[in-house]
Amino acid sequence: MEVSDLKVSFGGLSMSNPVMTASGTFGFGLEFAPYGDLSRLGGIVAKGISMKPREGNPMPRIAETPCGMLNAIGIQNPGVEAFVKQALPALKRQDVAVVANLYACDAEEFGELAGILSTEDGVAALEVNVSCPNVKEGGAAFGQDPAQIAKVTEAVKKRAGGKPVMLKLSPNVADIATCARAAVEGGADILSLINTLIGMGVDIRNRRPRLANVVGGLSGPAIKPVALRCVHQVCQAVDVPVIGIGGIASAEDALEFIMVGAHAVQVGTANFLRPDFAFTLAEDMAQLLTELCVERLEDFRGSLQLPL
Amino acid sequence: MALRNCRNVKVLDITPVGETQRPGEFFELRLERPDWDAWKPGQFVMIRPVDWPMDILWGRPFSICSGDSRSVTLFVQKVGRGTARLAELKKGDTVALWGPLGNSFAVEPDTPTLMLAGGIGIAPFRGYVEQHSHPENLKLFFAHRMPLGCYPHEGIAAVADVECMAEEKPEDLQAIIARMGELVNEYRDGLILCCGPTPFMKTAQRFALEAGARLYVSLENRMACGVGACLGCVCKDGEGHHVQVCTKGPIFRADNVEL
Repeated sequence: MEVSDLKVSFGGLSMSNPVMTASGTFGFGLEFAPYGDLSRLGGIVAKGISMKPREGNPMPRIAETPCGMLNAIGIQNPGVEAFVKQALPALKRQDVAVVANLYACDAEEFGELAGILSTEDGVAALEVNVSCPNVKEGGAAFGQDPAQIAKVTEAVKKRAGGKPVMLKLSPNVADIATCARAAVEGGADILSLINTLIGMGVDIRNRRPRLANVVGGLSGPAIKPVALRCVHQVCQAVDVPVIGIGGIASAEDALEFIMVGAHAVQVGTANFLRPDFAFTLAEDMAQLLTELCVERLEDFRGSLQLPL
Repeated sequence: MALRNCRNVKVLDITPVGETQRPGEFFELRLERPDWDAWKPGQFVMIRPVDWPMDILWGRPFSICSGDSRSVTLFVQKVGRGTARLAELKKGDTVALWGPLGNSFAVEPDTPTLMLAGGIGIAPFRGYVEQHSHPENLKLFFAHRMPLGCYPHEGIAAVADVECMAEEKPEDLQAIIARMGELVNEYRDGLILCCGPTPFMKTAQRFALEAGARLYVSLENRMACGVGACLGCVCKDGEGHHVQVCTKGPIFRADNVEL
């Protein structure tokens, strides 16, 4: 199988392959241009943007953990205007789907952000961050309440001007399938999951938390089993396409998510292992599928055989 | 040739330097040089051995200590689990190396230049001295806790004026601080560069602000990516905005950074 056979099209989003980079781990994309050809990626999800610039949380903001990391960045970003004026024009010249990631404090502001981005032809889709664990207002609060998820999705969908809307779901909930259904009721075209798991680290020598925010989001290979379980449950619960995220650090990891039903994947923390990581993943997936004698990605998707 | 890139390179050699109570605490790691155009003193690289399992996730940043057309030399002190595992590298092992990253030290060949180095912070100054066209205008003030033989200071001493002070007993610290104050004053009309532990750089910053001296500090915050994406390494600039140490730094004007 060739990489060119990995073209995917779902929920109104078309990409040259199913490998995307996850929000907050790939900047606005151009930071990684020295390390690979951005057009080798299916899509780039830009780092979260809000209406106004945000300074983010105090330091320290990151901590390495076994097979993972904690972060509490707090959506530091230059605001939507800077994104549209500075990052987008350069990104548009790259042959890759650019997804904007939206962060706001209430449904109305989410709608406002969507409205601004809806007219930008360089934006292929909108990803709604209702699940950031690192900000005190909004963020995770939406992500844990199905009624709020539906409300926010509806507000974004209404102003999205026909662009596909994807909801990024939090794993920090009692039942992720309920949240997924709420997003679908609100009009989500695609679901992406999972965001980070809430975690914590402490230093017994100076008796301080490892993050100034005390708690933060755990990511990396350590969370892959949780992510896989969530994607599996959501794929069983709803009919809209799902993008799998969580600890993907190899072609095999990526295909595990496809096999439980995901249409595409997002690579996050693995971009920190080395900055050229994501560029070769699609080729590795194609090669691995060939080894598995799979001719079409669709045949492999959702092919997990469950015990009767 | 590229401005910067990520390449798999081989370990050319790994050599222990000096002796302390912890065997192998300091070592020099010489790697194949990737196909870069050039590097400038003060820039750094990220390295992560390709065989590392996922239990240590991030690469590790090191300033470029020295280099020639075929190699890049890094100077490492074992302090945590990452550097401890790097110490296990063998000649011929493969390491992912990305760089050269960040900005570089100001170079003004004809300006009297004072380099303030604390401990392992001496590493970038070897490259600085090697690439400087008038090393007779350079002076290094080096404060250290471990024996001098643990640090790459000999190459510097061969061409530039070097003054070393060891911190062996508590009262040594006050003497080091006092001497640093004198030197900053002496170079108030020149150029001053500083790399070392944060308290060391804070002291230099205080003296420089008092004296109105031009000081640049090189930060070494913890970072995951080195390319400006993770936003884990930020510091506050003079206006209180968070900026990435990896891409906006690692070198900042002392009057434009909160340490």
